[in-house]
Amino acid sequence: MRGGDAAWVRYLLITIALGFLGVMLVAPLAAVFIEAFAKGAGAYWRNVTDPATLSALRLTLTAAAIAAPLNAVFGLAAAWAATRFDFKGRSLLITLIDLPFAVSPVIAGLIYVALLGSRTPLGGWLGGMGIEVIFATPGIVLATLFVTFPFVARELIPLMQEQGSDDEQAAVVLGADGWQTFRLVTLPRIRLALVYGLILANARAIGEFGAVSVVSGHIRGLTNTLPLHVEILYNEYNSVGAFAVASLLALFALATIGAKNALEWRLRRAREGGNGQ
Amino acid sequence: MAPIRLKRYSILPGFGLTLGYTSLYLSLIVLLPLAALASGVFSMTWAEFTRAAFSARVMASYKVTVLASLAAALINAVFGFIVAWCLVRYRFPGWRVVDAIVDLPFALPTAVSGIVLTALYSPGGWFGAPLAKLGVKVAYTELGIVVALVFIGLPFVVRTVAPAIEDLDPEIEQAAGCLGASRWQTFSKVLLPALMPALTSGFTMAFARALGEYGSVIFIAGNRPMKTEITALLIVTKLEQFDYKAASAIAAVMLAGSFALLLAINYFEWRRGSRHGSTA
Repeated sequence: MRGGDAAWVRYLLITIALGFLGVMLVAPLAAVFIEAFAKGAGAYWRNVTDPATLSALRLTLTAAAIAAPLNAVFGLAAAWAATRFDFKGRSLLITLIDLPFAVSPVIAGLIYVALLGSRTPLGGWLGGMGIEVIFATPGIVLATLFVTFPFVARELIPLMQEQGSDDEQAAVVLGADGWQTFRLVTLPRIRLALVYGLILANARAIGEFGAVSVVSGHIRGLTNTLPLHVEILYNEYNSVGAFAVASLLALFALATIGAKNALEWRLRRAREGGNGQ
Repeated sequence: MAPIRLKRYSILPGFGLTLGYTSLYLSLIVLLPLAALASGVFSMTWAEFTRAAFSARVMASYKVTVLASLAAALINAVFGFIVAWCLVRYRFPGWRVVDAIVDLPFALPTAVSGIVLTALYSPGGWFGAPLAKLGVKVAYTELGIVVALVFIGLPFVVRTVAPAIEDLDPEIEQAAGCLGASRWQTFSKVLLPALMPALTSGFTMAFARALGEYGSVIFIAGNRPMKTEITALLIVTKLEQFDYKAASAIAAVMLAGSFALLLAINYFEWRRGSRHGSTA
């Protein structure tokens, strides 16, 4: 099957593919690190350990740490409801779960401003109680929740659909309660897919720019995430600083790709092994 | 939600709890904020709406956004197909790394891709300098927007088309060969039609993603009104001027387009059957 194409066709296509990927993907990745170290390791280290960078890092990690477990719980609940039961409106539910992927990040931020901005009834009421949402940390967390909303659910639903519910039914017939069934029968079989969804969601949470930009208000040291900090430094013509912070995000992206591939390899092996482990 | 009573009998527990929680969380995080935007738009008069959503500057932004997204999706359809073909059919040194790096645009924050593409394609950059000698300007022009959108859209095509190439039945190719078809005839008459649904699907996903893209574009676009100002940026600009109505009206037009595309993608995926149906 691999020998279908003539050798010259093979070499030509591989050359085109590698050339394209080299220009489009490898060059940008390399340039991030080269620009970051343009003024030497000392300048790089100063930018990376700058208090504003560290506070942006803290907020980015906080938002991701809140979004991840909430979306995981949601993904588990949605997958259980959508794959273990047959009910009217099931396919509508699955479509609605994917909705955030069709929404521009900028609009993802805008809808929270429309719901919770200081001029809206709800935002005004919360403001009256001293709770700031928009232009504050809660807004950033909400925007992050929205853009990472479907990741876990969309990994779990096809998998649990494929696995079917025979094992769970057997467990219930044998006297297990719902929680025991979930913890001892379902969870071990979907563990890898759950982690996979979380890795993707986490990458998006840490890198999100548009949605967070709209709700953040850009208050340096207060409501600045790492990607927003990159923008601020860049607009201040501090190129080395912007690329130094960008290199942290690029390293994280590489780690994400590594983890994703390792998991894909284990998932494939689990599926081929047949046992689902 | 009414459907609760319309479910088929099951001995498994937890239906009410999980569906209730799913519906509540979905409503709070997704539906309620979208409804807030919609109610803001519906409170506008038709004249207000058209003035905000269809003014000359906004129309110019739709045009550049849609055209650049189309161009980028087409480029990705061609090169993404070649990349997918090589990854599935050939084994070459570094194959695994190449396969992994295709996901870079998914993993790399858009602000990072935005500033690094700008640096590469600005007149002093690695690619910008030689291109400038040829008289081609990329950064701060429409071409720059296309470059950024090609970057972020590539994995959609590769990751949709590659599984479809893997699923091709080798016997069909052998049969075409036995019946006297040349390799090119086999490809264009047998393989390509079989791969068309996946390619269309990947193209539409890349296009849909490009329409809403913000972070990777705004740095390289130059953002000149009427020329290189994309719609997503215009929404942010209106917000920064505290013109919430105009921002909402433009967003409503964009959402209508995105949802139409989402339906189209679901339709393509449904037609392709359920085997890769989860990628919509």
